[in-house]
Amino acid sequence: MSVDLDTVKRVARLARIAVTEEDVSALTGKLNSILGFVEHLDEVDVSGVEPMTSVIPMEMKKRIDEVTDGGKAADIVANAPATEDNFFLVPKVVE
Amino acid sequence: MTLIDTRTPEPKRLIPGATGDWEVIIGMEVHAQVVSQSKLFSGASTAFGGAPNDHVSLVDAAMPGMLPVINAECVRQAVRTGLGLKAQINLKSVFDRKNYFYPDLPQGYQISQFKQPIVGEGIVTVAVGPDKQGNFESIEVGVERLHLEQDAGKSMHDQHPTMSYVDLNRSGVALMEIVSKPDMRSSDEAKAYLTKLRSILRYLGTCDGNMDEGSMRADVNVSVRRPGEPFGTRCEIKNVNSIRFVGQAIEYEARRQIAILEDGGSIDQETRLFDPGKGETRSMRSKEEAHDYRYFPDPDLLPLEFTQAFVDELAADLPELPDEKKARFMAMGLSEYDASILVSERAIADYFEKVADGRDGKAAANWVINDLLGALNKAGKGIDETPVSPAQLGAVIDLIKDGTISGKIAKDLFEIVWNEGGDPKAIVEDRGMKQVTDTGAIETAVDEVIAANPDKVEQVKAKPTMAGWFVGQVMKATGGKANPQAVQALVKAKLGIEE
Repeated sequence: MSVDLDTVKRVARLARIAVTEEDVSALTGKLNSILGFVEHLDEVDVSGVEPMTSVIPMEMKKRIDEVTDGGKAADIVANAPATEDNFFLVPKVVE
Repeated sequence: MTLIDTRTPEPKRLIPGATGDWEVIIGMEVHAQVVSQSKLFSGASTAFGGAPNDHVSLVDAAMPGMLPVINAECVRQAVRTGLGLKAQINLKSVFDRKNYFYPDLPQGYQISQFKQPIVGEGIVTVAVGPDKQGNFESIEVGVERLHLEQDAGKSMHDQHPTMSYVDLNRSGVALMEIVSKPDMRSSDEAKAYLTKLRSILRYLGTCDGNMDEGSMRADVNVSVRRPGEPFGTRCEIKNVNSIRFVGQAIEYEARRQIAILEDGGSIDQETRLFDPGKGETRSMRSKEEAHDYRYFPDPDLLPLEFTQAFVDELAADLPELPDEKKARFMAMGLSEYDASILVSERAIADYFEKVADGRDGKAAANWVINDLLGALNKAGKGIDETPVSPAQLGAVIDLIKDGTISGKIAKDLFEIVWNEGGDPKAIVEDRGMKQVTDTGAIETAVDEVIAANPDKVEQVKAKPTMAGWFVGQVMKATGGKANPQAVQALVKAKLGIEE
């Protein structure tokens, strides 16, 4: 598998990463070499093997349903560039 | 998903266009907020309202290093809902990341389920109607799947000229997305489906169904076609928040699409919004590029697995659902119409069952539907605010049954209990509302009416149906308390009218 210039631009845009025209071709080369490396895995026959989801066989941990968190609005917005009354303020987004 | 047409076009459901009839095809995605104390993957509260960002944990705010841990109750509720929808329960399901950017989505992805949802295919049986003859049509709407996912936060755009305000209190609250198959063919069917779905969720206690608080929202997919032709291109109307609006949105959207097609145009697959003020749908500014959510399994979460024994245990504890309750009520001799009204809300059904306990079901149904629900409706109250308890209404019915009061006086008694409360039996005693069954007293009243109206006595000889007038006069004279059957018999006997 390899990617072309347009795919790299599209992926960058979906990830909201600004990439200049000059960077695109360099990135395309780098991505393709990574993809080529990963492609070695295709040499292994994994037919009939379930995808591994955990290194050790274990069940997903579950919480009991009780309120144990919250009430820290000031902490939540502490790093925000702009706030008011503990709301986050962001540049206007409206459909 | 492959779309399968399960219905046969029927003329009565078609929409006439300028160039012939059209059929509307509807499918729905309903987002139902799970009833739980805390969020799907964090210990913050799910309570509605709350000060800005007060019900938010560091997990919900997507702070670095935070890990989601699933709430066992949300899993339980999703499985119970699946059982209520007679659906396949998947003992293993997987959480995926649905990636997109929006300010009210701090993670940059929503944790959802894509390829392996917790619940698979199911069925909702919907009674559409009643029509003018009081008949219902039963249709089956297929459920494609139900999956668990996180809600997003809330943005407010009207507080500031250049900024939007973001509150994450809802962020991370558990939602069930319930996806129907495209099995509905009219706005009435779509409204009936949503009503039924809400009723099932409320019976189960898995979602409170309060659409005005946003606990239940519907995305409605609408397309039109000539009957018998393949499905047309659909438009999705997002976030419709009342059952009435769902109906209006479909009616508008179907006609909009028909007008375009009849003018030789074509439908663009797009997302639209319903504007309740104008009663129309409009295009959301089209996205610069098609959504590409790049789903992949969330590496923070192991697959969700449970045993069949866990499912069986939940199934055994499921409450009686509207369909079963309706069948049981009909077996008690109630009409489908009456049974449908009584099971529409679990609280109404519970009320009715208390009244009907040890009494005639039909009489109990009539009183609950015509008198109680009528009065509640007029007063703008819900069943939970009723001033008349089941025991009080039951006592009123008992007093009619044992002949203490007439049906007419019972209506007055109901009104007194409604307004003032109290024990119906004591009220009847105290206010002298007892039916007069003492023939002597009735006879006196009949004699008086006859003596006072010699002209009418002459008339009745030629026209025996006039007897009714005498009965009316006697009832009036006795303040409605005389037993009507006894009055009628005496009037006829005294006037010499043959039975």
